[in-house]
Amino acid sequence: MCLGVPGKVIEVHDSVALVDFWGVRKEVRLDIVDEAVGPGDYILNHVGFAIRRIPPESIEETLALYEMLLADGGDDLMSLDVRSEIEASS
Amino acid sequence: MNDLQFRDPRQARSMAATLVRLVSETGRKVAVMHVCGSHEQAIAKYGLRSLFPKTLEVIMGPGCPVCVTDLPEVDEGVLIAAQGARIATFGDMLKVPGSVKSLADAQASGAKIDIVYSPRQAVEIARSTTEEVVLFATGFETTAVATAAVILDNPPPNFSVLSAHKYIPPVMEIVAEMPETRIEGFLAAGHAAAITGSAIFEPFVARHKVPVVIAGFEPNDIMAGLVELVELIRAGTPRVVNMFPRCVTRDGNLRAQEQLWRVFRPIGGRWRGIAHVPNGNLRLRDEFAHVDARRRFPIDLTSLWDYAPPALAGQCICGDIMSGIRNPNDCRLFNRECVPESPVGACMVSNEGTCKIWHLYGGVPDLEASA
Repeated sequence: MCLGVPGKVIEVHDSVALVDFWGVRKEVRLDIVDEAVGPGDYILNHVGFAIRRIPPESIEETLALYEMLLADGGDDLMSLDVRSEIEASS
Repeated sequence: MNDLQFRDPRQARSMAATLVRLVSETGRKVAVMHVCGSHEQAIAKYGLRSLFPKTLEVIMGPGCPVCVTDLPEVDEGVLIAAQGARIATFGDMLKVPGSVKSLADAQASGAKIDIVYSPRQAVEIARSTTEEVVLFATGFETTAVATAAVILDNPPPNFSVLSAHKYIPPVMEIVAEMPETRIEGFLAAGHAAAITGSAIFEPFVARHKVPVVIAGFEPNDIMAGLVELVELIRAGTPRVVNMFPRCVTRDGNLRAQEQLWRVFRPIGGRWRGIAHVPNGNLRLRDEFAHVDARRRFPIDLTSLWDYAPPALAGQCICGDIMSGIRNPNDCRLFNRECVPESPVGACMVSNEGTCKIWHLYGGVPDLEASA
């Protein structure tokens, strides 16, 4: 899936970040992301890698889609993809 | 339309009205293509097609990486697994038919297949065993950068990669050049463009005089992207417009691009059912021959020739569907012999496949009939 999932960086050790995705904490690699990432930043995770640091002014807008998908609890393919990406162990 | 599912229903309604006006101003039927499974999922989930004018056709192109994985690529995985190596791959790949067998068939006859979510997990499996572990890697540039990163991060010697990664920009050229194509504009996927940047589409637009709009994934993002795209078509001013600036920049993610092209080189190859796509496949460069499963394992596809291919496979029209020439309802197998439980074609396997999405949502509303 190409949607990816945004999450909040809790801590960073070398090229690995601990990231919170709606209460699920996972390690995400920072090898690919092209900006410095620190605690409090939001990143877009795709298959265990941060592909983008979300600009602070866009965080709310970015989270809105996911909030909407998680809130409607739908069993449609889009909601399932997002939930499985959040839950997938990394 | 279900207002609750839109953050701003008034805006959605206003954009739908604009879309009707713009298409009618062209004085013709307009067909545009998106190349992203997540876009199709959103269009289906939010019922956007019921908001489009019936003279606007929004077609899902080859935007499902699993669906465009060619049969011989699946065969390569099956043959490597038959040699005793463990295959690590993404869940959707399991049921994708090869010429003779799928990986699920191979697993049923004893092959070791691990489902992974990330290329990193394949490396972790390799670290935990002395067996050969082969990451059967599918996906577009967004996923290929993750594979590149694990290859550059000193994986253990028993780890290798069978790359079926594909690169989106060249296949858009193919669709644009098909003689029977009706596609007048492309909606590009936001997150693939986050890697490549919006500028990657500029030479394409210059060559084909077809506009490209990069759009996000919210229903209103898609509506706004379509309004922009149809306006460019109506005005006859093809250019690249980035409607997803919070995620996509003009240059893209240069660090990811550097790793992608350090590890991979683009070569021509077939996309399932569509065509030979020049530069559409990503293969490992010679410097990474030691990690390249194609060079570590003998793969003799002719050994499969003794087996008959599944009889129904020849009737599958996935390729025409992904090229925008036909839709799932034109397929004799769709929702009859071909269903998610026993898919004939790859488009019914993946959650990002047009046929699977249409199967789940009951296709598109018959607007002609209800008009």
